[in-house]
Amino acid sequence: MGSLTATVAPPAASNVILWFRTFRAIAGSSFRRYSTYRQAAVAGVVTNCVFGFLRCYVLLAAVGAAGTVAGYDRAQLATFVWVGQGLLAVILLWGWTDLADRIRTGEVAADLLRPVHPVTSYLAADLGRAGYAVLARLIPPVLVGPLFFPVHVPQRWATWPLFALSALVAVVLCFGCRYLVNATAFWLHDARGPVIIWTLVSGVLTGLYFPLRFLPEWLQLLLWLGTPFPSLLQTPLDVLVERDPAGTQLALVGVQLCWAVLILAACRLVQRRAERRLVVQGG
Amino acid sequence: MRAGAGALAAYRALLGAQARAQTAYRTSFLVDLVGNVGFTVFDVVTVLVVFGVTRELGGFTLRETMVIVGISTGAFALADLLVGNIERLPRYVRTGLFDAVLLRPLGTLPQLLLMDLPLRKVSRAVFGLAVLVVAVGSAGIQWTAARVLLVVLAPLAAVVFFGSVFVATATVSFFWVDSGELANSVTYGGRDFTTYPITVYDGWFRALFAYGLGFAFVGYHPALALLGRGDPLGLPGWVGWAAPGVALVAAAIAAAAWRVGVRHYRSTGS
Repeated sequence: MGSLTATVAPPAASNVILWFRTFRAIAGSSFRRYSTYRQAAVAGVVTNCVFGFLRCYVLLAAVGAAGTVAGYDRAQLATFVWVGQGLLAVILLWGWTDLADRIRTGEVAADLLRPVHPVTSYLAADLGRAGYAVLARLIPPVLVGPLFFPVHVPQRWATWPLFALSALVAVVLCFGCRYLVNATAFWLHDARGPVIIWTLVSGVLTGLYFPLRFLPEWLQLLLWLGTPFPSLLQTPLDVLVERDPAGTQLALVGVQLCWAVLILAACRLVQRRAERRLVVQGG
Repeated sequence: MRAGAGALAAYRALLGAQARAQTAYRTSFLVDLVGNVGFTVFDVVTVLVVFGVTRELGGFTLRETMVIVGISTGAFALADLLVGNIERLPRYVRTGLFDAVLLRPLGTLPQLLLMDLPLRKVSRAVFGLAVLVVAVGSAGIQWTAARVLLVVLAPLAAVVFFGSVFVATATVSFFWVDSGELANSVTYGGRDFTTYPITVYDGWFRALFAYGLGFAFVGYHPALALLGRGDPLGLPGWVGWAAPGVALVAAAIAAAAWRVGVRHYRSTGS
């Protein structure tokens, strides 16, 4: 009985094209897997739309006589709410416990035997899932919102690509955060506590309940620089509704990128530590 | 008579087993308690933050709105504690666990509720009731005997109403197993709706949630009656007193829906 290193060493000649093909294959199969849950997607869209109406009416009621609140006009708030409801399902803020479940059951051992780093393969799968969510969960509320509320359409062409980039970074960052939360199961066996705390904190600090710009400025600064939460939802939405001039938009996405790199690095570090202490019971 | 006592003892045993099981892991239970109260706290914080950027919402001040928030939050938390776990029904239907429930000589609904009464949600209910007490105490209500009665009756009616909504929406999964979070849009959506004065909303959406589904009678109309305010939307003042009646109608509908649903249930055979 020798000990074996959990993660198989990468092939000596690291082939970028091969790596990219594997990544694309995993993402593609995940896209197809999620596209079979059609009824669940319909139910989710209906729910997102109901909350779209609720949040939108409340925030619009807060708009004063001046026609703006916290730097948003009515159309910007409507876009913020409706795109936010769609983006919520794309970044998948809640309800992902795949990794924690696999750690608890020991199935994670199979992930460790694959010749792809677990963080990479889970990320690829998550991007595939997100790709399907863009079609099934983001587009419907984005189409429904404007039927009932005047919305803000970006005025600067550069906003479009910047929003796309920001949304993509948000997906990667959110994946990283979820991975870290799930990975606590390596130490705790059951990640329920961390998942509850994550669900609790991420709802309010990402700008889902109310735009974070409603908060005092020092608190905004603290949240943006000190936590990854605003980068998950508030940043892509602020970029899209052009709440700030182009320079600030870029800076916000820059902060987002830093968080994504930091969190992904943390994922790899945690994974390496975890593999050293993982004991899979049974056969 | 004996059968009734036996059933009661069985329910008590179910509840006792649940309580022991859930408190067996103390740290987990504490995290759950704290985590759960957090959700309700943030709901109230959201209202406060919104009032941080505006003086009034739909023609209501913070103090007035908080009465509505108090009734809604307190009642929802209590209903969620008592019957909220019915939202696990889709899983019971999908996994076939509901078969076992049907085989036992006890009522299906009370069994399901006691099978996992979420004791961790106690913290939520306590906080919700505290919000209600503080809100009512600081709203400057001119107390009459009638209003004292209403301030007790309205939250109770709201508990019954929310409980009915939980049960009625859960029955959807008897017909549509994969309904997923659809029920949330009416249960949690209804809670969000009742958190604010209904003057905030507009058009068919307000008509649907306020009077089609009856959510206006949960917090809004009773709060108007307590505050002695006329309805900006023009309904007479006695409507605030209709809450218990509406709650009873909702309970009757939910019970009927449950019975139809159980009869429609077909085991997945797994």
